[in-house]
Amino acid sequence: MNGQLVGALDPAGVIIERVLAEAAPLGCVVLVEDRFDADVRFANNSTTTNGMRRERRVIVAVFHDHGGGRAVGISSRSGHVDARELVESARARARSSDPAPDAAPLIPGSPAAGDFELAPRMTDFGSFGPLVKDLGDCFLRARAKGQLLAGFATHEIETVYLGTSSGIRLRHEQATGSFELVARDRAGLASSWVGRGTEDLADIEVNAIYEHLDARLGVASHRIDLPAGRHEVILPPDATADLVVELWRALSGREAEDGGNVFSRGHGETRVGERLMDLPLELSSDPSLPGIACAPFLMTGGSSTDVSVFDNGAPLDVTNWIHDGVLERLRYHRAGAKRSGQAFTPPIDNLRLRLPGATIELAELIRTTKRALLLTCLWYIREVDPATLLLTGLTRDGVYLVEDGEIVGAVNNFRFNESPLDMLRRVSEAGASTRALSRESGEWMNRVEAPPLRVDGFNMSSVSKAS
Amino acid sequence: MATLDEEFLALPLGELDAVVLERAQSRGASDAEIRIEQIREQYLVLRDALVEGATDDVEIGVGVRVVIDGSIGFAGTIELTKDAVARAVDVAIEAARVTAGSRRRFVELAPEPSYGSVEFVSPFEIDPTSVPLDQRVALFVSWSERLMAAPGVDHVTASLHGVNENKHFANLAGTVANQRRVRIHPTLEALSLRDADFETMRTVAPPVGRGYEYLSGTTWDFESEIAAIPQLLEEKLASPSVEPGEFDLVIDPTNLWLTIHESVGHATELDRALGYEAAYAGTSFATFDQLGSLRYGSELMQITGDRVTPYGLATIGFDDEGVKAQEFDLVRDGVLVGYQLDRQIAHEAALGSSNGCAFGCSPLMSPIQRMANVSLKPAQGNGPSTPELIAGVRRGIYIVGDKSWSIDMQRYNFQFTGQRFFLIDEGKIVSQLRDVAYQATTTDFWGSLVALGGSSTYLLGGAMNCGKGQPGQIAPVSHGCPSALFANVRVLNAKQESGR
Repeated sequence: MNGQLVGALDPAGVIIERVLAEAAPLGCVVLVEDRFDADVRFANNSTTTNGMRRERRVIVAVFHDHGGGRAVGISSRSGHVDARELVESARARARSSDPAPDAAPLIPGSPAAGDFELAPRMTDFGSFGPLVKDLGDCFLRARAKGQLLAGFATHEIETVYLGTSSGIRLRHEQATGSFELVARDRAGLASSWVGRGTEDLADIEVNAIYEHLDARLGVASHRIDLPAGRHEVILPPDATADLVVELWRALSGREAEDGGNVFSRGHGETRVGERLMDLPLELSSDPSLPGIACAPFLMTGGSSTDVSVFDNGAPLDVTNWIHDGVLERLRYHRAGAKRSGQAFTPPIDNLRLRLPGATIELAELIRTTKRALLLTCLWYIREVDPATLLLTGLTRDGVYLVEDGEIVGAVNNFRFNESPLDMLRRVSEAGASTRALSRESGEWMNRVEAPPLRVDGFNMSSVSKAS
Repeated sequence: MATLDEEFLALPLGELDAVVLERAQSRGASDAEIRIEQIREQYLVLRDALVEGATDDVEIGVGVRVVIDGSIGFAGTIELTKDAVARAVDVAIEAARVTAGSRRRFVELAPEPSYGSVEFVSPFEIDPTSVPLDQRVALFVSWSERLMAAPGVDHVTASLHGVNENKHFANLAGTVANQRRVRIHPTLEALSLRDADFETMRTVAPPVGRGYEYLSGTTWDFESEIAAIPQLLEEKLASPSVEPGEFDLVIDPTNLWLTIHESVGHATELDRALGYEAAYAGTSFATFDQLGSLRYGSELMQITGDRVTPYGLATIGFDDEGVKAQEFDLVRDGVLVGYQLDRQIAHEAALGSSNGCAFGCSPLMSPIQRMANVSLKPAQGNGPSTPELIAGVRRGIYIVGDKSWSIDMQRYNFQFTGQRFFLIDEGKIVSQLRDVAYQATTTDFWGSLVALGGSSTYLLGGAMNCGKGQPGQIAPVSHGCPSALFANVRVLNAKQESGR
């Protein structure tokens, strides 16, 4: 059905050549982002809002040599694009800018990849049909049990075309989807959540997910009030992802050198090479990871502390941020890496935390637990202290007490104050990594694998009355 | 005087309106709306007085929403042609029909009269996105260099965010609204290192619905604030870490706006209270059955919502459902008396009509209920100044500027930090403190409100990027408030919380 939203926009390749011709002889990078997405929301046992969108954004970076360096001007427009106006805007910005601190020679190009001329693929709203029907069935079952279901299903296909004056012509197509379902009892005293990241909504087993939530609400009929304090907790992969994504965000080389974050050693030095935890945990990104594969080359429409438009098209390979428990890499663009004598380590659109060799699943962790809190997911996570990466946030939609290998009841929610770095230091047991969806960050970091973790002394700072 | 954007008005707005509304009506829609928007947004980021990033984006597109047979459907496209918007109508109708099978509630929009052809332009002198990049860079380099030249300042980050939003709306009722508003948010943050220790301090100048003239200093004294930061930062780095416990807090409006935003603004959104955000943003402890009876806080607490405050970030003439902007009570004498509404929620709750809180952050996003300017009224008459509030405190902390914030999904339990914390002893400020975070339950906190500052302390704070909804949407919103005194609030030490 989204196909009906396709009209008469010029092919991306035509736009790219037109922009590059307008920009010549100046250096130039062009990104054409074509996106189709569809979504359905539901609440109170009913579908509510929905939407289908067709987007195109053309981003142009024009380079201009002056003042002993290379300046850059970046402009972007959506929809039908006037290449001349767009280039003129970017060129004017480049001419009025000082040399860019991230300037570097453009990545040399190779012959255009075979798929460069292909039109963007569209998401198919037809895939929502079976899902919406299954949801309708679940709504009826939930209603009969006095439960309320709410959630969200979304699917997008983004096709990015990259062209540069150095000859790069690349295309990347990325499908991204997610499904979330929350079940609440009508009294509002208990709730539970399941989230799934996926490339294809046909993978989502709505009925099985509802049955899991229904079982959790059953457990929650036994309510246990526990006080704040340090508790042993079991984090399922989604909750691990909630915290690990925040750790990944802090991996900025420049910020660490400037002394303003948890990876600073002081005096302009970073903690690269330092053992961060006893367990040989590994935090990595790898564009070829099956199930969470992502773009194998860098595409960025802007520069920031450790990402640069000059690096567009750079090939991406496996990057171990933390390896064998030791901090191995921080993010740097090429110019920053050269200045600091570090490796060029651009961001990659996926993330995996794993303990090599770990095979046990969450259920086994629960079975071998004497007494611990089993969390579902974390929410409203914000940095409190950058020096320690102390984060605050809350448990949400399901905290359970596990005793002697059994889930014995539902516990009140808590506010936590924890640093993910300290938390990883206190991991006593980790399971096998699986696809996970961070409740709060999943919209922009969808491709994550994380293990279930057992953590000692998780700092629950206060009780939250929310349920 | 600011005017509508001629370039935007030159788009074929009326022709596209006619295609969408006629096609939707002919296909059976009971309600239909078209929004055409052109949003120019610029970011400038500097690190140590060098430009780290500068972007200039123009988004243009069309959003079509229909209500048909009790279901709602939305489609958005970046193509502004008759064919494209006609297809968008068809897609929106199809979306409504595909999801209708699992709909358990018949959607209707609360009635709203036609206002005919109307216009709104926010008051500004200089469109912030019209200022040449070199002029903006020169100002922020100058400010950054001034900070960096001060003793003890090791690094400076600076940013400027400017928006020029053009919005055209038409619906089946006959309202046709052309609107334009601008907003701007400058920040500068200094970082000071001492051995392996560091501290930061950021300006507390709020984002506002003003033009580039805001940076000239006529409404906010940037020069004085920038001049004061190095010494404040040096004192902060040398100051003691707070001893956790209960303190009386004098909270400056530069901090209190955010507490209002999180603990009152979001909690009084009726779509949340009715469960429509249960999967993401959350619900609310202020449930609908408590309207008119919930004791939210002390009797000093008078809170309104509005979309009319001059220079407010949520201020506009008509919302994204064609509802006229207005002001309304949310908390009166400490009791919950109202909610923020859109037309769908107003109808479902049988409240008669919407109070104008629908907003979509992009033409490609369906409008949802978003926050109005939610503000706390100052003390009536000649209320106390901030120093007078401080003078009445035996042992407390004066908190200035916002930083970290977090609240649970029902808006009960919150924790906030700030930029500057001043220890109050026997009515006098004796030093700064470090590592302060305050934590409370919403109704306890507002129940502990014991004094309000007068109108001289009142300030319009706010945020450019309040998040809500799935897919995620952002919204600009202001919150006016005076300084205020809260008794016996729990204060944590952030370092100790991390086990240090």
